[in-house]
Amino acid sequence: MKRASSGLVVSRGEKFFNGAMIVIGIIITLLALYPIYYAVIASLSKPLYVENGSVMFTIKGFTLESYRKAFQKEGLWMAFGNTMFYTLFGVFINMLFSTTMAYALSKKRLVMRKFFTLFTVFTMWFNAGIIPLYMTFKDFNLLDTRTAIIFGFAINTYNMIILKSFFEQVPVSLEEAAFIDGASNIQIFAKVYLPLSKPALATVGMFYAVNRWNSYFWAMNLLNDDRKIPLQVLLKKLIVDRVANETEAAIITAQSLSSPTTVIYAIMILAMIPMLIAYPFIQKYFKTGLTLGAVKG
Amino acid sequence: MGNIKKAGRIIKRDWDLYLLLLPGVIWYLMFAYKPMVGLRTAFYDYNIFRGFAGSTFVGFDHFKDFITGPDFYRTVKNTLMIAFWQIVICFPAPIVLAIAITEMKNKFVSKMTQTATFLPYFISIVVVCGMVVNFLSPSTGIINMILVKLGMEPKYFMVMPQYFRGIYTTMTLWQTTGFNAIVYIAALVGIDQELYEAATVDGAGKWKKIRHITFPGIIPTIVTMFILNIGKIVKVGYEAILLLYKPSTYPTADVIATYAYRVGIENGNYGLATAVGLFEAMVALVLVVAANKLSKRVTENALW
Repeated sequence: MKRASSGLVVSRGEKFFNGAMIVIGIIITLLALYPIYYAVIASLSKPLYVENGSVMFTIKGFTLESYRKAFQKEGLWMAFGNTMFYTLFGVFINMLFSTTMAYALSKKRLVMRKFFTLFTVFTMWFNAGIIPLYMTFKDFNLLDTRTAIIFGFAINTYNMIILKSFFEQVPVSLEEAAFIDGASNIQIFAKVYLPLSKPALATVGMFYAVNRWNSYFWAMNLLNDDRKIPLQVLLKKLIVDRVANETEAAIITAQSLSSPTTVIYAIMILAMIPMLIAYPFIQKYFKTGLTLGAVKG
Repeated sequence: MGNIKKAGRIIKRDWDLYLLLLPGVIWYLMFAYKPMVGLRTAFYDYNIFRGFAGSTFVGFDHFKDFITGPDFYRTVKNTLMIAFWQIVICFPAPIVLAIAITEMKNKFVSKMTQTATFLPYFISIVVVCGMVVNFLSPSTGIINMILVKLGMEPKYFMVMPQYFRGIYTTMTLWQTTGFNAIVYIAALVGIDQELYEAATVDGAGKWKKIRHITFPGIIPTIVTMFILNIGKIVKVGYEAILLLYKPSTYPTADVIATYAYRVGIENGNYGLATAVGLFEAMVALVLVVAANKLSKRVTENALW
């Protein structure tokens, strides 16, 4: 990104421009981070100060009471555990289905390769939509099951295609050498290709993991049992649906340590924390994946 | 004959390659193509308890009902209006951001801006909508606190239809701009630096360089992204709208997808809901093809 004006004297106009870009960068950064920052300080402040608007840039009347209340929310830990399960086991299934199919499709000698590729890519341009998919789950007797969440979303075509184009870039000579040594396709896939593809696997695994962690829509529609719902569905009930009945005007005094509002901010922050911890890794792998995907289409 | 023999030999050697292909194919058949067969629901007066055998074939009646019904105009208008703001505001924003980030000479500021704008994409839509709803709450939301401090009346934004599209567009802008900028930044870094140096020697200023070198350099990426996303844009983010809208904001917020969702999942009218969904999918498909044709004619860049 370096664009040194090699050897040329930096003009006054250029200096002004560079200064202006620094200011713009800072403003954009603040705009992007402020909503999250506000949720953090509101969750750590006394409700009186949050709800009379004096909390704006700093914590006022520090307290952890909102977090204590948040931890006690019924079902929070169970939902958290469910999300962990759906994410870990779900990503495993995602990778199992996606890498095997991508590997087979990456081989030029595969009979009807064009057909099978179109068979997958077509679903990116046209899919049946919400209701037919819902009815499919119903027909398979998968409503209100964890299986539906884990297996019903095993492949994302876009991610599978990224893996396929990555496998295509591996030199054929490696495969031929392994064939001469008497290895089978599955052995070559598992022992030659997978170890070579660690960066691509990490990228796509990250794509899947973020998606698994954050998604709510199908879990909300497919699961009725509160013991099975992931965190996002519980969050929807706690933070979005709550505000639907704005009537619960809690009486807040200077002594109050938490209110429904500050507890909600605490819950939102708790839900964000795992993602924030993983963010440096996410940032690293997503960028490579995004540019890879864009080049390959 | 030779060809068949050869193919036979290859298949024999590669039988386990087809084994690797199998789970994926089965998955696509079960969860992508089976639902497509289910699209025939759109032509039946479908009853979930009786199945297709006990349901009457009604032809295009559901489509007729939708198109002539009272919800057609509203949902189509809202879908197009929300898509319009997405295209006008949220589509160009990442391009501008990418150019700004690459123009920042201060490496730290450039890196910081990129990291900060990339972050919101990874916060779940439920939490983002939760923040929107809480920030705009008439009694405890920070936006209304500021309005009150400025001497204005607090407003219950979430129930006022005139604000819905603005709220939704702003939210999407905040959440996706940094993420979508990545692809453009990659394209910008790939522009030949000698072009800029030559332009500097010729005495071209900053804006001239951006207009005549930077912009043409990323046009192919812009076109690709536009065609790739136009279908998604038209389908609009129903998952977010479902979280944000209320009956009082239906006049501006209810789009085709949310309408289909209510009719189908909430009211159990599967036939009509499938027809509405199919209508939407067809519109999106037509727009993708049209966008591709148009860009082929205008810029000579196209996906196929």
